[in-house]
Amino acid sequence: MLSIKNLQARIGDKQILNGINLDVKPGEVHAIMGPNGSGKSTLASVLAGREEFEVTGGEVVYNGKDLLEFSPEDRAREGVFLAFQYPVEIPGVSTINFMKTAVNQIRKYRGQETLDAVSFLGLMKEKMKLVEIDQSLLNRSLNEGFSGGEKKRNEIFQMAMLEPKLSILDETDSGLDIDALKIVASGVNKLRNSNNATIVVTHYQRLLEYIVPDFVHVLYKGKIVKSGGKELALELEAKGYDWIKDEVAVA
Amino acid sequence: MSTVITTKSLSEIIGSFSPGQEATESRKQAIQILEAKGLPAGKNEEYRFTPITRAIENVFTWKTENSPAEINSIDQFLIEGLDANVVVFVNGKFSTSLSKIISPANEIKIKSLREAFSSDSELVNSYFNKFVSPETDSFAALNTAFWQDGLFIHVPANTSVEKPLLLLHINDAAQAQVIAHTRLLAIVEARSKLSVIEKFNTLGDQASLHTFSEEIEVKENAALEYCKIQNDGGKAYQVINTNIRQADSSRVDTFTITLSGQIVRNNFTITIAGEKCESHFNGLYMLNSNTLGDNHTVVDHQKPNSFSNEMYKGVLDGNSKGVFNGKIFVRPNAQKTNAFQSNRNIALSPSSTINTKPQLEIWADDVKCSHGCTIGQLDEEAMFYLQSRGIDKTTAQAMMLYAFTAETLNTISNETVKNYVDALISERLHKNF
Amino acid sequence: MSKDNQLLEELTSREYEHGWNVALETDSAPKGLNEDIVRFISERKNEPEWMLEWRLKAFRLWSKMTEPKWPNVTYPAINYQDIIYYSAPKQSAKPKNLEDVDPELIKTFEKLGISLTEQKRLTGVAVDAVIDSVSVATTFKEKLGELGIIFCSFSEAVREHPELIKKYLGSVVPMSDNYFAALNSAVFSDGSFCYIPKGVRCPMELSTYFRINAANTGQFERTLIVAEEGSYVSYLEGCTAPMRDENQLHAAVVEIYAMKDAHVKYSTVQNWYPGDKEGKGGIYNFVTKRALCAGDNSKVSWTQVETGSAITWKYPSCVLKGDNSSGEFYSVAVTNNMQQADTGTKMIHIGKNTKSRIVSKGISAGKSQNSYRGQVHIMKRAEGSRNFSQCDSLLMGDQCGAHTFPYIDVENSTSKVEHEATTSKIGEDQIFYCQQRGIDEESAVALIVNGYAKEVLNQLPMEFAVEAQKLLALTLEGSVG
Repeated sequence: MLSIKNLQARIGDKQILNGINLDVKPGEVHAIMGPNGSGKSTLASVLAGREEFEVTGGEVVYNGKDLLEFSPEDRAREGVFLAFQYPVEIPGVSTINFMKTAVNQIRKYRGQETLDAVSFLGLMKEKMKLVEIDQSLLNRSLNEGFSGGEKKRNEIFQMAMLEPKLSILDETDSGLDIDALKIVASGVNKLRNSNNATIVVTHYQRLLEYIVPDFVHVLYKGKIVKSGGKELALELEAKGYDWIKDEVAVA
Repeated sequence: MSTVITTKSLSEIIGSFSPGQEATESRKQAIQILEAKGLPAGKNEEYRFTPITRAIENVFTWKTENSPAEINSIDQFLIEGLDANVVVFVNGKFSTSLSKIISPANEIKIKSLREAFSSDSELVNSYFNKFVSPETDSFAALNTAFWQDGLFIHVPANTSVEKPLLLLHINDAAQAQVIAHTRLLAIVEARSKLSVIEKFNTLGDQASLHTFSEEIEVKENAALEYCKIQNDGGKAYQVINTNIRQADSSRVDTFTITLSGQIVRNNFTITIAGEKCESHFNGLYMLNSNTLGDNHTVVDHQKPNSFSNEMYKGVLDGNSKGVFNGKIFVRPNAQKTNAFQSNRNIALSPSSTINTKPQLEIWADDVKCSHGCTIGQLDEEAMFYLQSRGIDKTTAQAMMLYAFTAETLNTISNETVKNYVDALISERLHKNF
Repeated sequence: MSKDNQLLEELTSREYEHGWNVALETDSAPKGLNEDIVRFISERKNEPEWMLEWRLKAFRLWSKMTEPKWPNVTYPAINYQDIIYYSAPKQSAKPKNLEDVDPELIKTFEKLGISLTEQKRLTGVAVDAVIDSVSVATTFKEKLGELGIIFCSFSEAVREHPELIKKYLGSVVPMSDNYFAALNSAVFSDGSFCYIPKGVRCPMELSTYFRINAANTGQFERTLIVAEEGSYVSYLEGCTAPMRDENQLHAAVVEIYAMKDAHVKYSTVQNWYPGDKEGKGGIYNFVTKRALCAGDNSKVSWTQVETGSAITWKYPSCVLKGDNSSGEFYSVAVTNNMQQADTGTKMIHIGKNTKSRIVSKGISAGKSQNSYRGQVHIMKRAEGSRNFSQCDSLLMGDQCGAHTFPYIDVENSTSKVEHEATTSKIGEDQIFYCQQRGIDEESAVALIVNGYAKEVLNQLPMEFAVEAQKLLALTLEGSVG
């Protein structure tokens, strides 16, 4: 589904990604871990098409297409979803309104009929249950005055609404208490199936207790320096990141 | 913005002065402007609420010479415990005998501006009359045309002036009216630091008119702390034009307190002509009886990446009038500017008036600017809370007002000055009870 | 939410969509302004002598006045002798009912989406349609008449209800009020009159639709609304003009007189032709709107969405004379390209415990200049009064300007005034967030702007809200990126 080859990117003069290689197949969950500043969030942003980052080399093939050629909205329409580390507030625009606009623009792009108010509301009610989110929250201005947990839950709600093929969760666990973490993780798990894939970007192992990955990759200085199964996450939790740094230094 | 030539003949006013020798060209120009525009009348937008022209026309007799002052000691005007360079102006004249400079000469140069015109001509010529604008303010024109004396300050580069400078303006109106037009020109060179405190005092029962034009250049990475204390006599009329210009990475902290006087008008402009500057611009007017206190402020962001925060507060009692006009300009290209302004007022007396006009003019999009303005009373809930704990109403009110004003003092770093201002506020608060 | 959807789907046309004009036969006055022209207008309208005298008095006043220079706008001097002050679509006689109206005219309004045939009417809206200077048709007159409501063209009111016009004309905006009000008083050609009797709640929205059609013509309409004790009415005003290279002058006057316990809601969607990208052409919109809350507990709300005009000069105001009366002003003003707007409100508190609320949302894009100018004046005897003002500016691009000039004058110690203003831009992070959810940039901007203006748009009646949102998006097209 996704094949990243030797991806390099920078912001301003600062090189952040130094040749990332990653293959993701349908049905898989990949965790990207690493110390602060290793380039995890940059990778997520580059895949979603944030303009501040300049791709300086490598390629990203997504379902046979060159992902880097697409505008951010077309990536979304092609099924790439980014759950933001810091979801943005838009005053005066309700989540419902926002989602209806998004869903219908995506449907149009895919040549599907747009949804009328009634069927949209139906779809929304169904997805709300999945992530245990209250409609009163969705009537309010997008993310404005939301707690950290509410913002993250809203991200997962949007993910449910848009039914992406590839979901990238950028530090979705940051700022969440344990109950909120469980709700968010269970939402993500319910959305998993054999046709979609998930990339979980995280600093800590605790989210991976609830969203169990098939592969764990360690990112350091803009490169994947170690890959393994879910046990690698446990090892990192126990030993910290220093041993990885040492290994890289030795190599 | 039309300025009307006033009824009492302007020629009488102009004729009552003789321009000094220095800066002859600028004096001539200023007189021309004055003749063309006159002093601002009621319809002038900038003086809409401040009828100072009408007042001084009716009050002053425009005698050519101030009568000699009888000031033998300045002790009563000093700030107790403040170890400072003291410069004294009496009835508009620089008094060498009463002034006392204690900082070493290599730290700071302090002298009469008239003298500096010959001794430091190059510096004076490149800054004099560059920031004051006779075209936009006729009182600045009046001052530029007829200034009698002034102060010149120069702080060389890489110098932190240890002792603050206390500038005393004393007008002795015991025998007769006083009219004084004075100036200040200060240059704080790169990476230097200066603190200035100005006080205005009028003696006696006769009226005094003081126009004062200040030009202060704060160079790269330099810092200026500026404090103005206006606790003047009941018949004092003042128009003060203060202009500070900041170069890259400089910092300015100002505090202006207006407590008394007949009509006090401050035109205070901070021009941010460099990048990465920081300006903290505070003021407090606590007025009673018939005092009219008018603060017209401008923060002019001309370059990107600077920060300014302006906070003016007012407490109005008696028949006093508080006027505030705060302009923030963010010029094209002054991107990433952060400019904030707040003006909060408490009206204590039913016959007090407040006219406020916060004004934002923005020509750059990537900026964060806001202004907030309130006019109201003390919070009744809080008053009740204090009273329910056994505090009587007048004390409760004083406590609340004290708390309201305290925040504006945070731009004064000198503890002695701060305590002095604090005492003035306390005194004012208890006077009423 | 369906409003937004509709809005986004209609984001297709790129230019001013009301820019056509219909070749109507017109009856016009010669160019220029003098007493004879004033007499000509009065005669064409078969006006009684007192009306002519009133006009002439206004004309003489105007001749001695000078154009105001204080607004934050610039434009070349207007040659008042180069304007046609009266132009009317030719009709053999005043139509007695809608069937007699020229079918071309009916078509004109249908193109604007305004149906004058009552069978195909907008539900619950009675319309007075004014083309160039003349009211051409008023719908639902009979139905409203049963309740004692008078809703008719101004000319008709002068003939049929002279006692009311004599009493209230100029009672809120005197002819001497300002330059443009004086001009309007001299040459106003038509407009709407509305009278709601005591205790009557008007069952439908009343609406006037203004259309400038003829070239070189100024439009000077006048609206007068009188709301008797305990009555209620919601009034809408819409306007469009064809695209022309030259500037056209529009100087209107709106007066609202509200008695005890009366409530008047006045909404405007202003969409005069704004000129082209280089600033060529467009309407000069110099309008005086004022409400007098004469009676205790009366209430007037102004809501405006200003997207059109080359220059807007407009301050819908409330004089709060009755005790406990209240005034509201909700405004969205958008400027793009070379447009200039200087708009805001005045809230004059005279009565005790009077309240006012101001919410102004300015949006500047392109090379436009957008100013909020407002005054809150609490007079000495207006004890216990309150005002809250919020003035926000949104800038799009680095070549436009946003300016705020609020005057706050308080003359007693029992009133409270709060004023807040902020300036912001549309965040790149907000646009990216929308894009990541599949929404393209143009739609993202429309969404964000509508969110920003929501508090004001919510004040509009449904039919207008949709039109207003559409207009906001259209005005700002192409201003980002």
